Amino acid sequence: MKANNPSVRVAAVAALCMLAAAASLCLGSVHLSPAQLWEALQTGADSTAGRILWFSRIPRTAACLLAGGALAVSGAVIQNVLANEMASPGIIGVNAGAALAVTICCALGAFSGWLIASAAFFGAAAAVLLVAITAQKLGASRTTVILGGVAVNSCLTAASEAISILFPDAGMQAADFRIGGFSAVAHTRLIPAGVLILLALLLLMTLSSELDVMALGEDTARSLGLSVKKMRTLFLGLAALLAGAAVSFAGLLGFVGLIVPHIARKFAGTESRPLLPFCALSGAALVTVCDLLSRLLFAPYEIPVGILLSFMGGPFFLYLLLRRKGGHA
Amino acid sequence: MIQLHNVYAGYSGRNVIHDISLTLQPGKVTVIIGPNGCGKSTLLKTITGILPLSDGQLLFNGVSSAALSPTQTARQVAYLPQSRRVPDISVLSLVLHGRFPYLSYPRRYQPEDRDIARRALDWVGLKELEKKNVKELSGGMQQGVYLAMALAQDTNTILMDEPTTFLDIAHQLHTMELARRLAAEGKAVVMVLHDLSLALRTADTLAVMEQGRLLCIGTPDELFAGGMLTDVFGVQVQRILSDDGWHYVCSALR
Repeated sequence: MKANNPSVRVAAVAALCMLAAAASLCLGSVHLSPAQLWEALQTGADSTAGRILWFSRIPRTAACLLAGGALAVSGAVIQNVLANEMASPGIIGVNAGAALAVTICCALGAFSGWLIASAAFFGAAAAVLLVAITAQKLGASRTTVILGGVAVNSCLTAASEAISILFPDAGMQAADFRIGGFSAVAHTRLIPAGVLILLALLLLMTLSSELDVMALGEDTARSLGLSVKKMRTLFLGLAALLAGAAVSFAGLLGFVGLIVPHIARKFAGTESRPLLPFCALSGAALVTVCDLLSRLLFAPYEIPVGILLSFMGGPFFLYLLLRRKGGHA
Repeated sequence: MIQLHNVYAGYSGRNVIHDISLTLQPGKVTVIIGPNGCGKSTLLKTITGILPLSDGQLLFNGVSSAALSPTQTARQVAYLPQSRRVPDISVLSLVLHGRFPYLSYPRRYQPEDRDIARRALDWVGLKELEKKNVKELSGGMQQGVYLAMALAQDTNTILMDEPTTFLDIAHQLHTMELARRLAAEGKAVVMVLHDLSLALRTADTLAVMEQGRLLCIGTPDELFAGGMLTDVFGVQVQRILSDDGWHYVCSALR
């Protein structure tokens, strides 16, 4: 098989993702050797290594994989549906919508995992639909969509901040939440969100042809028999579900949904059938590696992974802007 | 066969086309002409089902368009819009999307779909480009690839909205030749054209629109003889007989 075959590239990034996951399980403030890892996997939480693995490393690694995959695929879908390569759940306010909903839940004293995951979804969905409907009604240009999203983002973030100040119990978690990180991932939040993420990813993988036809433009898609309005709503709903579920346990991880789809298109092309799995795997690998670095770079101190991602994402966004200005995009 | 009876349609509750009655004949090239903003593109979008009818009847082989799903309509009529996104995918992948209306969930293109797509590419003379990226092609070749996608859709009617815009003269003539070949194979071909000379030379039937209404329908000979074109377009039309038929020349009124 040729190396430029998209399937081969998806397999390669899957291998990379597994390596990152294995490293994330082994490395940290206490390093586990592959032999200790294997033993701890067999014996469960009876030993110290077992407790580290089962109560800390496995939930944290699973959280990284799920959040990275979900945000990356959400970004790819939003970019496709809005026909805008600068769009991503972090930039157009989808993450901020989820964050506001989670903050409201915390302020009301509702801490159930399913409730928080559902609230995050509705918050994200409300933000994405607000941006999409505004874009459609106004026939907005690509830049206007982004600026509108930034405005939505700003309002939603301000609302979250206000609630955090007025309700200190909710605010306790706000600082970690704003930056995004996995240092205190709880099973109770991870499992419901994980179930929603896996279901949304599976459904999206079966809709790759619809996504590709939609990318041809509304008129062409409709002339090919696609119910564009219904499918657009479904895709944005699934993108909101992915981003909202990820935000519900990982906080506001910026830029994953922007960077990864761009890198993925370079390697897997723009057709959704290879692109979506490539995005999911490379997003999972990126967040896992960044989380690992955040644990190791300044050990024993740990910097939230959101800071590392923002350090990478900011310059990348500027690069995209410059590239567009050069007329190459 | 597609028939329109007293059709009204438009955008956001405001009618742009009024009382249009028209039959799209199989095996014929129908060209819709008229001044800018007269509703030509709106008419094509209405026939395709992109815009809903606000009144009148649109029949596909005698069946009302209201009774057909978007997929069923897409098996009856293919449409090449005027402005299109140029996707960053291979030529074959784009042409394969013409098979989309024939697939059921989860839509996966089958070997027979690939055969049909390759035959369509062969028909437009671009078979050797199947692995090329659409973005790397010239405007004329992209037009050909989109036409192949419409062919792969395997419909009896093909609508093209200003297919010659942005094309050089050689590609304009090639597109007209392809339209004539499609009609020769029994398809109803409907085109919106701005170039009156090209329209008169290519059409079997000309439909002239003005302010959302169908002003007249006829053969190029009939409309030329009736002097209607001068009234609508404000130009003088003359014709010259050559070896391959009448050529029409438009010039400003003196």
